Amino acid sequence: MRYAIQRGAPLAKAEMTPMIDMTFQLIAFFMVVVNFSEADQNERIKLPLSELAKPPETALETPITLQLTDEGTVLFGAQEVTVAQLPAELLREKQVLEATGRKTAREATIVIRADRAAMTGEVQEVIEICQKTGFEKFALRAKQEST
Amino acid sequence: MRVRNVQSRGQEIELQMTPMIDIVFQLLIFFIMTFKIASPEGDFNIKMPLAAPSQGIPEPDQLPPIKVRLTARSSGALNQIKFGNRGLGRDFGRLRRAVIDMLGDEPGPSVLENTEVELDCDYQLRYEYVIEAITAVSGYVDEEGRIIKLVEKIKFAPPRRPG
Repeated sequence: MRYAIQRGAPLAKAEMTPMIDMTFQLIAFFMVVVNFSEADQNERIKLPLSELAKPPETALETPITLQLTDEGTVLFGAQEVTVAQLPAELLREKQVLEATGRKTAREATIVIRADRAAMTGEVQEVIEICQKTGFEKFALRAKQEST
Repeated sequence: MRVRNVQSRGQEIELQMTPMIDIVFQLLIFFIMTFKIASPEGDFNIKMPLAAPSQGIPEPDQLPPIKVRLTARSSGALNQIKFGNRGLGRDFGRLRRAVIDMLGDEPGPSVLENTEVELDCDYQLRYEYVIEAITAVSGYVDEEGRIIKLVEKIKFAPPRRPG
């Protein structure tokens, strides 16, 4: 088959502008909603549900997150420790807090993200260890129930 | 000043779109892959100073704490809720009604501030029931979607260690 090549006809161009507009819109959207704070939201922890768990209006002052797994270990920062190893870690955290931030342990809030299948006694043990270290304020974290 | 930039036989400069679109798609794919829908989380505040079993003289207008006992089966499942000495089965709605009955229909803020709930749970109880109990005593959502607050001062009894 033969095609006649038209000479002098204008070159057909794809309209790039709307596509690039949309793509930048998408990138901007995903950049805004991206969540990098995964360090204190471990996926192993399945939080219990509660209809009253509303996100706080003001951010907590000096939060320290302790995550209790269903196996009874505590995720503290990047490391996984047993409940028996927790006092030493907490003491170090308290010393760092007092040395650098001019905050006392009494002002800090311990955020407890415990798995819904964790044993209540273990949660209480963790609270007791924190109390002995000098922490007083606790926040039990729950996931907002979709109504 | 005259600028002679009109080249009579010059070629049209074309913008190289391909590398830019490549990078833009790379970025787009990265952000799509890292996208994670996180449902909102909230906190229940608990204030427990070191003297856990309140030994000293209680504050004069402080009512004795309402004792809520949660017993568990060996599997960790909820066995029974006890409100004081009254058994409430396994229904957290009944626990909420019992708290509302005790506080009266429209408790003033002073009543709420001076009321405290002490949770006494079995060691092996699954933690989700504790949160359910805290939810039941600390408030409810009415028909219009507003949150009605009940008792917000919550503490734990000392843990019941097995053996």
